[in-house]
Amino acid sequence: MSRQPFTPDQYHELVSKLTPSSRMLRGYWRAFWVGGLICAVGQALTLWADTLHLGEVTSPMFTTSVLVFFGTTLTGLGVYDRIGQYAGAGSAIPVTGFANSVAAPAIEFQREGAIMGVGARLFTLAGPVLAYGIASSVLVGVAYWLIRGWVM
Amino acid sequence: MSRAGQQTFLYDRPPAVLAHTSVAGPKEGDGPLSEWFDTVLEDDLLSQKSWELAEMEMVRRCVLDALNRAQLPSDAVQAMLGGDLNNQIIASSFAARTLGMPFIGLYGACSTFVQALVIGAALISGGYLENAVCTASSHFCTAERQFRFPLELGTQRPPQASRTATACGCALLAAQGDAPLRVTAGTVGRIIDLNITDANHMGAAMAPAVFDCLSAHLSDTGRTAEDFDLIATGDLGWIGRDLLLELCAAAGVAMPPDKLIDCGASLFYQEQDTHAGGSGCGCVASVSCGWLMKRLERGELNRVLIVGSGAMFSPTSSQQAQSVPGIAYAACVERKD
Amino acid sequence: MDTVWIFLKAFVVGGLICDVGQLLIMNTKLTNARILVLFVVSGAVLTALGVYKPLVDFAGAGATVPLTGFGYSLAMGAIEAVNRYGLIGAFVGGITRTAAGITAAVVFGLINALAFKPHAKP
Repeated sequence: MSRQPFTPDQYHELVSKLTPSSRMLRGYWRAFWVGGLICAVGQALTLWADTLHLGEVTSPMFTTSVLVFFGTTLTGLGVYDRIGQYAGAGSAIPVTGFANSVAAPAIEFQREGAIMGVGARLFTLAGPVLAYGIASSVLVGVAYWLIRGWVM
Repeated sequence: MSRAGQQTFLYDRPPAVLAHTSVAGPKEGDGPLSEWFDTVLEDDLLSQKSWELAEMEMVRRCVLDALNRAQLPSDAVQAMLGGDLNNQIIASSFAARTLGMPFIGLYGACSTFVQALVIGAALISGGYLENAVCTASSHFCTAERQFRFPLELGTQRPPQASRTATACGCALLAAQGDAPLRVTAGTVGRIIDLNITDANHMGAAMAPAVFDCLSAHLSDTGRTAEDFDLIATGDLGWIGRDLLLELCAAAGVAMPPDKLIDCGASLFYQEQDTHAGGSGCGCVASVSCGWLMKRLERGELNRVLIVGSGAMFSPTSSQQAQSVPGIAYAACVERKD
Repeated sequence: MDTVWIFLKAFVVGGLICDVGQLLIMNTKLTNARILVLFVVSGAVLTALGVYKPLVDFAGAGATVPLTGFGYSLAMGAIEAVNRYGLIGAFVGGITRTAAGITAAVVFGLINALAFKPHAKP
């Protein structure tokens, strides 16, 4: 015997009516300026790398490594999660967010030990990114090889 | 008469609440109910090595505080009924290990405290126990890493998400005793699932279960909302409470909004940025033992129906894209006179 | 004046790419992990289609710092390695070009786990 006055569909309608939506404009603004700022810092690092004559391929590597260092360190200090609460995608999408997703589980699970805690959990969030990123790079490479062979 | 309708226990010998204690974490201690909690923690790690051990220590302290107040040694306690949100309820069972009491581990997600009250009171009223410790706890940091993400991950929470309370409540029930509070009736709810799949939106997942249990209690006992000074749900949050009012209105169950409070919606100020409010086993446990039972004791309230609700999902069911079923238990707590 | 323009381009393009992610967070039920995967894969696909390289030339770090830029590096690495080594290059280039970032994340992540304790969220 059901006492429910609504069917699931009617209830879902009621739920979406009563659930406040995220504050859109504020969300976009925060993501925009924090994300933009992180990219501007990256730009400054790249310009600095250029003055060191690191070259076209190595200077982005330098920029990335330094940003990753910032991301992991701010994670360890317990600051990055607060930035993330404020900025959302603004701090999750830049490479510092990738660094955060590597460092956060590693710190969180240190009490489960060095191997299955830190070592394994390091990749809980980064694992899927690396797996599908690397797989798609292979696909791109193979497709390029096929097309190049066909054209030439 | 020890039973009414399909789902309700009427306790022939209503157990007395000999003592009730509450512990709240630092953020909960900054909320509107701050002064009602017996202990407000300054350090949510409680000088322990891990969050799980901290939660266990919180349960241990809360139970010992209750025994102290009732001047009962722990080896005189015949059963400890309790649970928490950790896998295999380790906070409660590890606390029971150090307390040395016969242990009945329970899981009803956020409803666990009321589940313990309903079962504990039944065992005492039935003569199987002379006394029982009913407890439930939750810790923000243990629940977050188990159900959601590591604490350090920078994620944004949607407005319908609630915050797991770092809190614990404990009620010591006994067959004998001249304490002013009694547990007089309890209702065991059914699992209700209206196919809500958003595990962040626990208020929406649980409101139909609360409605089902609440209307079962009212029709089984022949009471209406008017017979209670307060109906306290835990934990639907702000949005879930609104949904429950809509469900009552649509079903023709009279529910004056000023009689309906929600423990999760009462635990934090809205400025504390906890979105939908508090949740977790410890929320309804600490708010019941800290706030509601103290107000009953002072005579500000005479009869309260506590309806605990739980979202019965796990990280596994959630990853397999299953919907979130809800459960609820109701316990009627009233003054003796 | 030139420097200001370089920074402005990086800021605006980077901010807009992040806003695409914010749109997904606020309007869909995609989890963070899915959004990150989606960005990296889209970056690789857009690079293969020849769309992303011009954006990198225009906005610099504004296009390379977001995770779509990680996808760009993976795809560019694979393409360049194919030019150099043939088919096997498809298996070499992606990780080679991104090795610094991945290694930095793993090593600094490990150091962090040794150096810091978990913090409770406010």
